[in-house]
Amino acid sequence: MKKLLLATTACVMTAGLAQAEDIKLGVQLAFTGPLESMAPDMAAGAETAMKEVSESGKLLNGSTVTPVRGDTTCIDAAAAVSAAERLISEGVRAMVGGQCSGETIATLERVAIPNGVLMISPSATSPALSSIEDSGLFFRASPSDARQGEVLAEIAREQGVESIAITYTNNDYGKGLADSIAAAFQAAGGTVTITAAHDDGKADYSAEVAALAAAGGDALVVAGYVDQGGSGVTRAALDTGSFDKFIFPDGMVGEPLAERFGTEIEGSIGINPAAEGEGRDRFNEMGRAAGFNPEGAYSAESYDAAALILLAMQAAGSSDPAEFKGKVMDVANAPGEQILPGELAKGLELLAAGQDIDYVGASSVELVEPGESAGTFRETTIKDGKLETVGFR
Amino acid sequence: MDLLNALVAFLNFVFVPAAAYGAQLALGALGVTLIYGILRFSNFAHGDTMAFGTAIVILFTWGFQSLGISLGPLPTALLALVPGIAVTALLVLGVDRVVYRFYRARKSPPIILVMASVGVMFVMNGLTRMLPYIGVNEIRFDDGARFVISVREFRDLTGLTEGLALRSTQLLTVVVAVLVVAALFWFLNRTRSGKAMRAYSDNEDLALLSGIDPERVVRQTWIIAAALMTIAGTLYGLDKSFKAFNYFQILLPIFAAAIVGGLGSPLGAIAGGFIVAFSEVAITYPWVKVAGYLFPDWQPGGLLQLLSTEYKFAVSFIILIVVLLFRPTGLFRGKSV
Repeated sequence: MKKLLLATTACVMTAGLAQAEDIKLGVQLAFTGPLESMAPDMAAGAETAMKEVSESGKLLNGSTVTPVRGDTTCIDAAAAVSAAERLISEGVRAMVGGQCSGETIATLERVAIPNGVLMISPSATSPALSSIEDSGLFFRASPSDARQGEVLAEIAREQGVESIAITYTNNDYGKGLADSIAAAFQAAGGTVTITAAHDDGKADYSAEVAALAAAGGDALVVAGYVDQGGSGVTRAALDTGSFDKFIFPDGMVGEPLAERFGTEIEGSIGINPAAEGEGRDRFNEMGRAAGFNPEGAYSAESYDAAALILLAMQAAGSSDPAEFKGKVMDVANAPGEQILPGELAKGLELLAAGQDIDYVGASSVELVEPGESAGTFRETTIKDGKLETVGFR
Repeated sequence: MDLLNALVAFLNFVFVPAAAYGAQLALGALGVTLIYGILRFSNFAHGDTMAFGTAIVILFTWGFQSLGISLGPLPTALLALVPGIAVTALLVLGVDRVVYRFYRARKSPPIILVMASVGVMFVMNGLTRMLPYIGVNEIRFDDGARFVISVREFRDLTGLTEGLALRSTQLLTVVVAVLVVAALFWFLNRTRSGKAMRAYSDNEDLALLSGIDPERVVRQTWIIAAALMTIAGTLYGLDKSFKAFNYFQILLPIFAAAIVGGLGSPLGAIAGGFIVAFSEVAITYPWVKVAGYLFPDWQPGGLLQLLSTEYKFAVSFIILIVVLLFRPTGLFRGKSV
């Protein structure tokens, strides 16, 4: 009798566990490497969403969510792949990441697709990721650089820039962005005088700047990183007097830019993906309360990436990527009730009741095919040596 | 007028940057060549010791600045060089005592010393990043006047379309390099200690027989090398900016310069530094602008660029391979590698 009782209890317990599980999510970001300054705020954003869902107790009959971090290094694809493999061996069902485009492509092709694990990247923006064969397992909460190229070209042409020289950081992100800017700018009737790469972490950029200056142009587009060669090229271009006006894509726009160059780059154009509105404000409050910088680049997108994964699980009623991968677009877009940051519990309840939701989140998420953000960009300029927001487009 | 414009464009984009970069490489290569000539191994820790020395100089610069000491138009870092060199010298002497002396006493083959120096490189690498307030970030520590002449001033002054910028750090780099090289040659050729060092370099056993104290020679070499490393690193950091990682990257062009010139030959190190710097800049420079001034009627289709700038590092290595193939001892007949 005693044995029977024990056996039944054990059965009930395991049955209960099977229903309410502990779901592991990977936070696959570049905690070291050229973008190491961005990763902590991004991870904090993603983990805030996981904590919120976990504490609500409403996900899949009270399942909890545990984040597991992996370091992608941004530049070393092999390191990113082995970090992702470790996450898989720990049993993650989906990942928020990767952070940089090259590393993300490698992880997706070599780890995520073979293992059937879903990835939502907050910040990989290479156009190459739009056309990749992903078995429906890859999404991103940021827009493709093809869109960024169009916006930059539009702003530059409006300000009367006729010709541009482009320098890009020698990797997948830089090359993709440079190509899309060049294509969009030429389509808008401008001329591109030269497109030349620069390598990060090098001693001297006088050769690169000499080439850019010889080709000339009204403005110089620096598609690089502000912590790396991007600043080196800008510094050398200013010192040799080759360019007065600069155009800075997302990798360059940040406080260090204004600190380093200040009034020297007065009137230059910068853009980075960012949304405004109620969702953003709420996320900023939540972030400050949790003790991280919610305005750090791609922090909001990381929150949204994690939220989308968990909402899609709820919508599918399963934590199996093969089942919930089809629900990501549904929860992100209309129709349905709008869900803002901090309202994830409400979203989970509505989904459990079989109703539709339209997740707005911190970055006004609107996913377009093939699973990437439509993209709102913040246009900034340098005025009196400070970064100033001009508007959103 | 057009001829002048062509000349100014050449000076601004090729000559001035390459001369400053060349001087920085030359000082670095001089240190490498000195250690190779006297201690008989290639010191891979050179770049990272430069970083350490520069970091110490930065700390002293901040100290002087907070005390209100400055050199007027010159960067305060020049003053901070003195204590910076002293601390770096103490460190390399300590490293020699702990690491290299052991292998020297056992008469280990050079490759073992080289490998030991790779180990020292990694330790030095971490040590620099652990210094208070230094870390992995980019630090600018230049103060004083930034430009001797800026592009705008030059244009207003001369009325030319092309501008010429000369940063004070570029001028300073070249002037300090000339002074340091002159002092080093005087020391090696004229003083008793310098002669002892050259004798030890030429033939260790013979030098021992003539009563030269080898440990003394080794100590002097390290102190001079520490001075060269700190000065080269500081000039480089003043001109660009300080970032620990970049000093690791600069190791390759420095070795290329030392080998092209001939390892062990101080004159060769200087020539090598300038050859590497000028070829990197000149071969990847698009000559279209200069040609446009010289031959106004000629409309070239492209940019008249021999190689795209991505390949600039390939340039120094092509020179290196050609030199090693046809003149393995380097241009100035150093020791064979």
